[in-house]
Amino acid sequence: MELTALLLSRLQFAFTISFHIIFPSFTIGLAAWLTVLEALHIATERPAYRVLFEFWLKIFGVAFGLGVVSGIVMAFQFGTNWSELSRMSGPIQGPLISYESFTAFALEASFFGILLFGRSRVPPWFYLFATAMVALGTTLSAFWIMVNNSWMQVPMGYTVENGTFVPVDWFKIIFSPVVWVRFPHMLLAAYLTGAFCVAATGAWYLLRRIYTAEARIMLRMGLYLAAVLLPVQLLFGHLVGDYTHDYQPAKFAAIEGRWHDEQPAAEVVFALPDEAAQANRYEIKIPILGSLIGSMSFNSREVGLTNFPPQNRPPVLIPFFAFRIMVGCGLLMLALAWFGSYQCGKRRIHRNSLLLWSIFLSFPLPFIATLTGWFTAEVGRQPWTIYGLLRTADAVTPFLTTRAAATSLFVYCAVYTFIFVFGVHYIYRLLRAGPAGGLAIATAGIPNRPMSVADPEDNVALPLPTGE
Amino acid sequence: MVIFWVAVLAMSILLYVLLDGFDLGVGILFGTTSGEEKRRPMVSAVAPIWDGNETWLVSAGVVLWGAFPLAYATLISAFYLPVLLMLAGLILRGVAFEFRSKALRMRWVWDAGFAGGSLVAAFMQGLMVGALVEGLPMAGARYTGGEFGWLSPFSVLCGIGLCLGYSLLGACWLVRKCEAEVRDAAYRLIPYLSVALLAFLIIVFSYALAQDLPVMTRWLDRPSLFVFPVAAALAAVTLAASVRFRQDALPFPMVALIFVAAFCTLAISFWPYMIPFAITIDDAAAPHSSLAFMFWGAGLFVFPLMLLYTAINYFVFRGKISSTAEHY
Ligand code: HDD
Ligand code: HEM
Ligand code: HEM
Repeated sequence: MELTALLLSRLQFAFTISFHIIFPSFTIGLAAWLTVLEALHIATERPAYRVLFEFWLKIFGVAFGLGVVSGIVMAFQFGTNWSELSRMSGPIQGPLISYESFTAFALEASFFGILLFGRSRVPPWFYLFATAMVALGTTLSAFWIMVNNSWMQVPMGYTVENGTFVPVDWFKIIFSPVVWVRFPHMLLAAYLTGAFCVAATGAWYLLRRIYTAEARIMLRMGLYLAAVLLPVQLLFGHLVGDYTHDYQPAKFAAIEGRWHDEQPAAEVVFALPDEAAQANRYEIKIPILGSLIGSMSFNSREVGLTNFPPQNRPPVLIPFFAFRIMVGCGLLMLALAWFGSYQCGKRRIHRNSLLLWSIFLSFPLPFIATLTGWFTAEVGRQPWTIYGLLRTADAVTPFLTTRAAATSLFVYCAVYTFIFVFGVHYIYRLLRAGPAGGLAIATAGIPNRPMSVADPEDNVALPLPTGE
Repeated sequence: MVIFWVAVLAMSILLYVLLDGFDLGVGILFGTTSGEEKRRPMVSAVAPIWDGNETWLVSAGVVLWGAFPLAYATLISAFYLPVLLMLAGLILRGVAFEFRSKALRMRWVWDAGFAGGSLVAAFMQGLMVGALVEGLPMAGARYTGGEFGWLSPFSVLCGIGLCLGYSLLGACWLVRKCEAEVRDAAYRLIPYLSVALLAFLIIVFSYALAQDLPVMTRWLDRPSLFVFPVAAALAAVTLAASVRFRQDALPFPMVALIFVAAFCTLAISFWPYMIPFAITIDDAAAPHSSLAFMFWGAGLFVFPLMLLYTAINYFVFRGKISSTAEHY
């Protein structure tokens, strides 16, 4: 493939947004969890909740900072690299993103300062309020982004006037049925991310036999939440697939790895799609299930990729595998969350070190599912940026040179890699040090834990941070 | 409706310049100091509010996109490299707030990122404004300048000027928020920065006269514009007096006033153009249905709320920062 400004812009968009989404999906869930902890602390006055709050707040701070700086890039990238898209769909996408900025970012950003630095300056109810406002802000942000992206996936409520998309029905745009399945799917993904990270941290501490009181709370809350949310998420996953089936048949066919029309259709569980031969190799499929999933019938006719002219087909490999990875992660998480919750309920989880190891090592799963979910959605939408209306190739900035695009891609890769490595390292150090591990400013010795939880098992010495 | 959005846009940009201006300025000055006992108060003076300040950049950007899509698409893509470098600068300085307190041996890297990022971001912003004042190469509504169409001695000069201006704002903020050594050092800097800024303004003005820039004719056509320099001069006198008599609270609003005057002068001399002398506000405006949708929610209700949160935030963190840093 030739390195054109278009290809480089696509790579850059994919890279920067993939980087960005990692942090929001973590912070949306974490913000909600912090709100719950703060409320529980006010309600029960149990010190453990406060210890956990202060602990996760530090981690939240680092992740949030990375989310903010990478998000600012997103807001400008539409203009720098996709100026034709911004000009043509600005009347629709611009107001939606403006709403995001006005309703969400302002809320998050203002109250975030209070969350980090303001505990001593405001009354407790106001502090709780600030926490809740940060959580609300992150949720609203996800909402507007999903409205915007859903409009690009399934445009509604517009007309075209002199080459620009003019909104005629905002109600249709915001209350599009597509939004109301994709937004919950995304939000649940974020909550699951939070839940798994919290549970994994709990499992890790139990394995290391430190902070066991806090660890139990984390493990329990994380696993129970995940056990409840996962079936709902799989249901919404199915509904998201449903909209794809109805509105984006080419994407659906790519996800399913279906090259030719079939009636009744089979479901390909695994295969190696071969785009040149327009067929699958090493295929394992289940008869009839394809029709059942696609149309809830035993005998429906399902569309294959060869129905679409080649210039309107998405690439097949990425959506096909990304989708399977997402679903696989979902099923694995379901198994872990259910079995783990069962063991927690029986109060014997802390003795099952195999299970603890699995839970500890499972924290990447929700991140992988979220990323592969987006790859399915976005790559499957190709070759369109606004589905059926504007091709990606026509959306790019017309006078963008390969040299400029390569420069920016290089700069973003370099800067992001650098801050990512250190950000993850600092988060790891905070996690390793554990609750109230004051390695932050206190260079003068490690402070004693301000609030010890009454738990006899818990008197293990604080591990010293290992330095850089 | 269009006028309303012009006003919101102008206000967002102005708030951004004033608010992020001082925290970028503090970042630039941070680069000129050494010693943790001076640096920590400087960071603490802006740490709780920088994120809110930067949100105004995003707000200005997205209002531009939503209300004036043509201007957004043209400007942001024309300024491809300056925008890239500005963002890279903002990233490095933004992460520094969280990272420097976590780092042990690597702190110098984040300190360098904080100072360098602030400097680059400020410089690029000044450069873009300068290029706009001078006029971008345009053919009709299309940008034709290529990768470096914005680069000229004038735009570079404006970049340096804005760094000086932001540093001055930053110094005044430090006077207001800090005590002891940091405050005194800031007081000592203010006269130098003010004189440098004045010299810069004179150079820019003469350059604009010499080059016969199109904006100049507007300044001469619209004599009412001279209120602003007069207001700025009065503010400068008060600034000098407040520095002389060590009135900690006064310098910041005075420099802010000077910025407001400069901003109004520019805004009015561009009027009715959005991208001087190629795209007018009406050319760039989004269709009525977009503007109305934004007006009835974001404009009428949420924008005042945003101002309110900003006010709450500044209210909670009012007064001098205490000497023991309040990091969680
Ligand atoms: C589902 C969630 C989600 C998705 C898909 C995106 N974002 Fe995001 N974004 C958030 C959820 C979020 C957040 C949770 O609200 C963040 C993370 C940390 C933060 O401060 O807010 C955020 C931060 C954030 C910021 C910084 C705000 C500030 O100054 O505080 C900007 C400008 C954007 N985003 C813009 C975008 C754009 C243009 C996107 C897509 C093209 C995008 N985000 C995808
Ligand atoms: C049985 C399980 C699942 C099914 C059937 C499913 C289905 C889908 C489908 C079809 C898409 C593409 C939507 C589009 O093209 O717009 C998608 C996207 C996505 N999925 Fe899943 N999913 C499942 C599980 C999960 C899990 C467990 C997570 C995360 C924890 C997740 C996170 C996402 C995300 C973040 C997206 C992109 C956002 C979007 O397009 O809405 N999914 N999912
Ligand atoms: C957050 C997770 C997201 C991920 C991981 C993601 C991933 C991707 C990828 C991989 C591409 C390149 C596709 C290709 O060129 O083959 C792409 C393109 C693009 N996506 Fe996303 N995307 C995400 C969210 C969004 C959102 C929220 C929006 C809109 C608000 C969006 C708008 C676009 C645009 C404009 C392009 C470039 C044009 C195009 O290729 O269609 N994406 N994205």
